[in-house]
Amino acid sequence: MNRSLRKQVGAVATWLLTFLLMVIICVPGLWVVLTAFRPNGEVLAKPPVWIPENPSLNNFAKIFGYGADQVAIPVPAYFANSLIIALTSTVIALLIGMSGGYAFARYRFRFKNGLFLGLMLSRTVPGIALSLPIFMIWSRIGLIDAKMGLIIVYVAMNVPFTIWLIDGFFRQIPKEMSEAAQVDGCTRWQAFWKIEFPLAKSGIASAGIFAFLTSWNEYALASNLTRSTDSKTLPVGLMDFTAQFTIDWAGMSAMAVIIIIPALILTFLVQKHLIAGLTFGGVKG
Amino acid sequence: MAEITLNNVIKRYGKTEVVHGINLDIAHNEFVVLVGPSGCGKSTTLRMIAGLEDISDGAISIGSDVVNDLPPRKRNISMVFQNYALYPHMSVRENLGFGLKIAKHDDAVVTERVNEAAEILGLDELLERTPAELSGGQRQRVAMGRAIVRHPQAFLFDEPLSNLDAKLRVQMRTEIKKLHQKVKTTVVYVTHDQVEAMTLADRIVVMKDGYIEQVGTPMDVFNHPVNTFVASFIGSPPMNLLPAVIKGGQVVFVDGKSLPVPARLAACVTEGQEVIFGLRPDDLTPVGHGIAESGDSARMTLDVVLSEPLGTETILYTSIAGQEAQGKMFGPRNVTPGETLEFDIAMDKAHLFDAASGRSVRVD
Repeated sequence: MNRSLRKQVGAVATWLLTFLLMVIICVPGLWVVLTAFRPNGEVLAKPPVWIPENPSLNNFAKIFGYGADQVAIPVPAYFANSLIIALTSTVIALLIGMSGGYAFARYRFRFKNGLFLGLMLSRTVPGIALSLPIFMIWSRIGLIDAKMGLIIVYVAMNVPFTIWLIDGFFRQIPKEMSEAAQVDGCTRWQAFWKIEFPLAKSGIASAGIFAFLTSWNEYALASNLTRSTDSKTLPVGLMDFTAQFTIDWAGMSAMAVIIIIPALILTFLVQKHLIAGLTFGGVKG
Repeated sequence: MAEITLNNVIKRYGKTEVVHGINLDIAHNEFVVLVGPSGCGKSTTLRMIAGLEDISDGAISIGSDVVNDLPPRKRNISMVFQNYALYPHMSVRENLGFGLKIAKHDDAVVTERVNEAAEILGLDELLERTPAELSGGQRQRVAMGRAIVRHPQAFLFDEPLSNLDAKLRVQMRTEIKKLHQKVKTTVVYVTHDQVEAMTLADRIVVMKDGYIEQVGTPMDVFNHPVNTFVASFIGSPPMNLLPAVIKGGQVVFVDGKSLPVPARLAACVTEGQEVIFGLRPDDLTPVGHGIAESGDSARMTLDVVLSEPLGTETILYTSIAGQEAQGKMFGPRNVTPGETLEFDIAMDKAHLFDAASGRSVRVD
């Protein structure tokens, strides 16, 4: 086998492997989206029907209470809860993450390395392992079935990660930029806000997306700590489609699509910030 | 008026003292260069003047004000950083005008000053570009432009040329000198390159290990180094330093060879004193290949180990008393390694340092 043929075979094999991996990743998502547009009867049909024969928006109509044969599930309330909880916890986690990340990147203080390590170690504890203690404490201080209860949990979950990510981005910005700004007449805060923040924007945006998605998608803790439409989030709401003997797969898929859409939109909106390298050219090159 | 005065300035990091009570008076419009090897405290000193480092003890004054507790923004100084520190998300125009905007100047003033600086530095064509679209030299000019637009009391330069290639460095060095002549402001310039220091400075401050070793004009520091450190640091190639003993009016080297004690230093040494004999390569020249006739010269026959032709001169590596020494051949001819030449030694330019303290024996 000559070299160019071997190269071609290698390229095809790589392509096939990549395609296979993408199929494995994408098929469940695709199945959910397709199922959202098909009648429930078609879901478990044998042989399976891949493409819906009569695609319709009935499942979406039903979950919003417009269908004749379905008790409405309070999707708008869940959606609002999810949005409030995810956005609030993300904003708080970002504020803390920015302050913490900046402090770790720029200042020298006692126990800095130990603190940083502690924050990272806290990420190694599976959230579900904490569900019982959190439940016990929250039930004593009245935070069960309250949005604030979930917000606090999500902030705690997200802060170590946002600090770690934002710290890395601030470290990439030479400290001379901030010093130059201070010599140019800025206060430390102005130097941060006008120079370092815009340069770290991509990192902060990435941290924000990750924090938002973690909160938006989280199920295990939310299912423990929420009870009613006061605080139930969309992922927990998915369980409303299960009854004692039946599961409304189509309705559940329609709701899953509703869960996916905001996350997709958000990622799409901020994707340009995810591309790093904004600091190129400011320093020697 | 912007004199800068450092009065017994000390800098400590924890328990480690890195700058040990330095004193320095910089006159209005003076160009002072702090020079020294890495870790000598020159950049720390500059950063203390800028306000980017707190001082642990002592006082720094700019103009008539003690600025110890003033943040950088209130010191009315500008600084050019080694890595330029241009704001990458702003155009050249925005970079130049940033300080003026922060100071809330009118747009008209900002535009006028930015255009003025751009004209001085030849940046007119580049105003709408971002730093990423500029070459190293252009970025350096923008950094200088950012410094001059604010009409500060003093410019601080922190090794501004060390990221440029050799040719550009020479060009920018000239530009910095021209700029100083044009804007006439006090300049404190930090470098580890003694050539930059010699060519730019009104006065050189040679630093080592957090101490000032010598302050003086470039020629003063070159011609009258106070100790062996300054003697070897300033000048390229460095001064030859050879251990010897004073015996019977002779400088006797370790191999027994000797030279007469330079006449002007005869009164400064004592019989039996251990000394270091210092001689610049320019003052060790093959007979007939010196720059000028020396009034007080001696001769020595030496073997050439290696020669480095530079065009107008050739550097000759030889050995005196088992120590490597360098000489220069002006108006050079081909020299083959191993060739034996007779060298003129300009004794009136020679230096003697006390071997124990390293300090020059000259008392003046």
